[in-house]
Parts: sequence; C-alpha cells; structure tokens
Amino acid sequence: MMSKQSIPILLIDAGTGNLHSVFHTLRTISDQIVISDKPEDVFKADRIILPGVGAFSGFMQGLLNRNLVDAIDNFVKKGNPLLGICVGMQAFFDFSEENGKHAGLGILPGTVKLFQNMPDLKIPHTGWNQLWFHEEVLLLQNINPGNYVYFNHSYYCVPENPDDIAATTDYGIDFCSIVQRENVYGVQFHPEKSQKVGIQVLSNFVNSGRKS
Amino acid sequence: MLAKRIIPCLDIKDGRVVKGINFVNIRDAGDPVDQARVYNDEGADELVFLDISATAFGHETVVHVVREVANQIHIPLTVGGGIRSVEDMRKILLAGADKISINSAAVLNPEIIKQGAAMFGSQCIVLAVDARRIQTQESKDSKWEVFINGGRKPTGIDVLDWIKQAVDLGAGEILLTSMDRDGTLSGYDLELNQAVSELVNVPLIASGGAGSMQHFADVLSIGADAALAASLFHDGQMKIRELKLYLANQNLPIRMV
Repeated sequence: MMSKQSIPILLIDAGTGNLHSVFHTLRTISDQIVISDKPEDVFKADRIILPGVGAFSGFMQGLLNRNLVDAIDNFVKKGNPLLGICVGMQAFFDFSEENGKHAGLGILPGTVKLFQNMPDLKIPHTGWNQLWFHEEVLLLQNINPGNYVYFNHSYYCVPENPDDIAATTDYGIDFCSIVQRENVYGVQFHPEKSQKVGIQVLSNFVNSGRKS
Repeated sequence: MLAKRIIPCLDIKDGRVVKGINFVNIRDAGDPVDQARVYNDEGADELVFLDISATAFGHETVVHVVREVANQIHIPLTVGGGIRSVEDMRKILLAGADKISINSAAVLNPEIIKQGAAMFGSQCIVLAVDARRIQTQESKDSKWEVFINGGRKPTGIDVLDWIKQAVDLGAGEILLTSMDRDGTLSGYDLELNQAVSELVNVPLIASGGAGSMQHFADVLSIGADAALAASLFHDGQMKIRELKLYLANQNLPIRMV
C-alpha cells in the first residue's frame, strides 16, 4: 500500500519555532517521523502534523515562503489525515484577528479571535485546563472528560460550523479546544507538553486507521 | 477550569542544580535531568530553570540541560538567567524551552521584551522581577524596588511601575520574587502579589518564602496563578503530590495526576 518513498509521519517545519519537543514526544510513539519544510515531502506523506508557535501571520508567512500552502491543501483534499497544534490549528481557519486581519489556510470555515478582557480572566490563557466533550472522536479515545492538558495562547478558534467542534475548554467562555472535520484535526493545547493525556492524543492520531 | 500551577524551580550553575539562601551560600543539589524527572513524576505543572552561571561557558551548558530535559520530560519548561538578546532566546527555545524568563536584561533594555514578544509571541515572554520592600515613612502605601544582577544591584525603579511598563511592551507572564521572603520559609509576600495581580492582566507566578502548604493556598487565593518554590521541594521537605492534594481539598482548582 505504501510506496517505497512514502513518509509515514511528516512534521512540518514552518521555520518559526521549536519542533524539538513535538518530535521527541512523537518519538515515544513512533520511529517513522520525518521533519521537513519541503512541499515534495508533503506529497509523500501518509499523515502530517503541523505544529505552530509564535504569531499567526509569521507562521502563515513561513508556510507561504516554503510553498507549503498549496501542498497542504492538496494533501487534505485527497483525504489524508492532518493534525494542527496550537497556531497550526488556528491556521486551518479563514482568518485570524491577531495583529490585524490575516488570511489562514481556509481549510475549515471560521475565524481566530482574541480572548475578551474579563475580570479574573488573564491573557494569555496559560496552564493546565480541562477538555469537555460528549462524543469520543478519534483523538479522544482513552481520554476522559475533565482531563487536563497544557495551554499557552491568547487567541482561540471559532469554527463557523458547530459540528466541527470536538471538545471545548472553559476559559470565561467554552472555546473550541479540539476541532475535527473528517480527516482534519486540530488541538489548541500542546500535547507534547501534556504528559500522558497529550501522548494519548498524539498516539490516537498516529495510530488511527488509514484514510477512508 | 484553569488549574493553579505548582512550579518547582531549579537553580542551575554550570549545568548542576544548586540553591542559595537569600541569594548567597550556594550548594550543590544534583543533576538537573534527574531532578526534573522526579518533579515530573510527582505532578509538577511546569518547571522553571534559572541559570545562575557566571560565565559564558556556564550559560552554554544550560542549552544542553534544557535539551536533555525537553527530550525526556513532557511538561512545560521556562528558562531564565543570562539571556541578553533575542538570539539567546531563540537558542533556548530551539533547545526545547516553552517560555523565556528575562530579568536584568529587560531592565537595562526594555525593548528586548517587545522584540521577544514580536518574534515568539507574548505567551513566550516571562518577566522575572526581584522585588525588595522599601521602608517609607511619609506614605502608608507599600513600595517595592526592582533589583537586578541576581538581587545584588538596586535600580531605584518601582516594582509596580516596571511591571506595568513591561506588560505594555508585551510580557505575557510575571515571575515575581520577594527578596525579603526568599529562603525565610515565612510565606509569600501576599501584599506584593495581590498588588501585582490587580495591576496587570497577565498570569502571575508567586515566588519567595514558601514554607508550608498553607502558604501556597494563601497566595493562590489572592490572585497568583502559580506558586513557585525551590529548596522546599529539593530537600524533600514537601512533596508536590501531597501539596496538590492539600490544595485540592481547600477547593482550589488543581490538576491531580
């Protein structure tokens, strides 16, 4: 089924930050991980993980500069599994309001907004918070509602279609902490920094069945 | 609900864990990777590494320590000490740190906060402040002064003014150490922590003075989002797991592992 040149798990380097932690956490699950910033590797990948840190616009610019935008778009349209982490998840949406209005990949309809200033609600949302969900989608297998994961962000995703929300987290509002539509998965938290629960999420993605 | 964080701090000198009392009398306390693993297993929510090496070579060793710890342990790491430039930040972040804490360098050149936040995001930039209480006769209001260079050098700068400015420049979190309380085991400076918590809208890590479980409960109840301690945890005087159970029983939001 796999061609000789296929890459089982591709970790995309948009050039903006540290892939080290994600890579080493993934290594506890699989030894078939390749880090690359080349569009030709996207075509060879069976599944892709897109970690993102830093500012939204810088991250998108990093993808554009490397000609990765169309490559990722094609990858998703073929039904291949894609997991975005933090800003990598935010990049799935139409646009972000971080420092002006910046276009995203437009893979999922929706926007990325700043947490509202509210009393007793500090920004950024930093620390361990809980996942709440009704349905155990693929990423949530062997995870219980109320489990804690590590967040560190000021902006959050607002999917246009409520059905795309797989889990929420309470921070003044119930925001979307896991998104899923078909083969597209995104987590706002850092699974690579979330101990056992985070490793389970990554493992659920890495070990999921082939694309349908 | 967002959990209150318990953060052990590892003071690192030339790649080894040390701990000073009142910023002096340093003694060796072991291998940072081993110690980080112990804390991780006990349920620490985050680790802070404070590099107190005096030499460039000593600072270089921290990059190696951070990489080793990040390879093996899957919790957030904040690293500070000896960071002078955005390039220094990048090195530490690429080694696997999640957040950078800056102290003296930010006081000497506040623009570094802005540059770091623009490059890596505010969520990455922690402002560390060493605060000492000033005795004032004319005013009843408490005042604190910013100290730099590991608490050795007074700056004449007011702590609250400085923190306000730093947050406006893009600092995404405050690590606030009371020099008066550090090493005394007499409790966090609640007045200082409350003043900062009410002043700015970014997360606050309280540091300096923890001696009992009640001290943690006290400071986490008046606005601190996280509480940090070093020697208390090193010496095994307090187990993180027992502390977190205690705090959870006090109805504080705590992540139990």
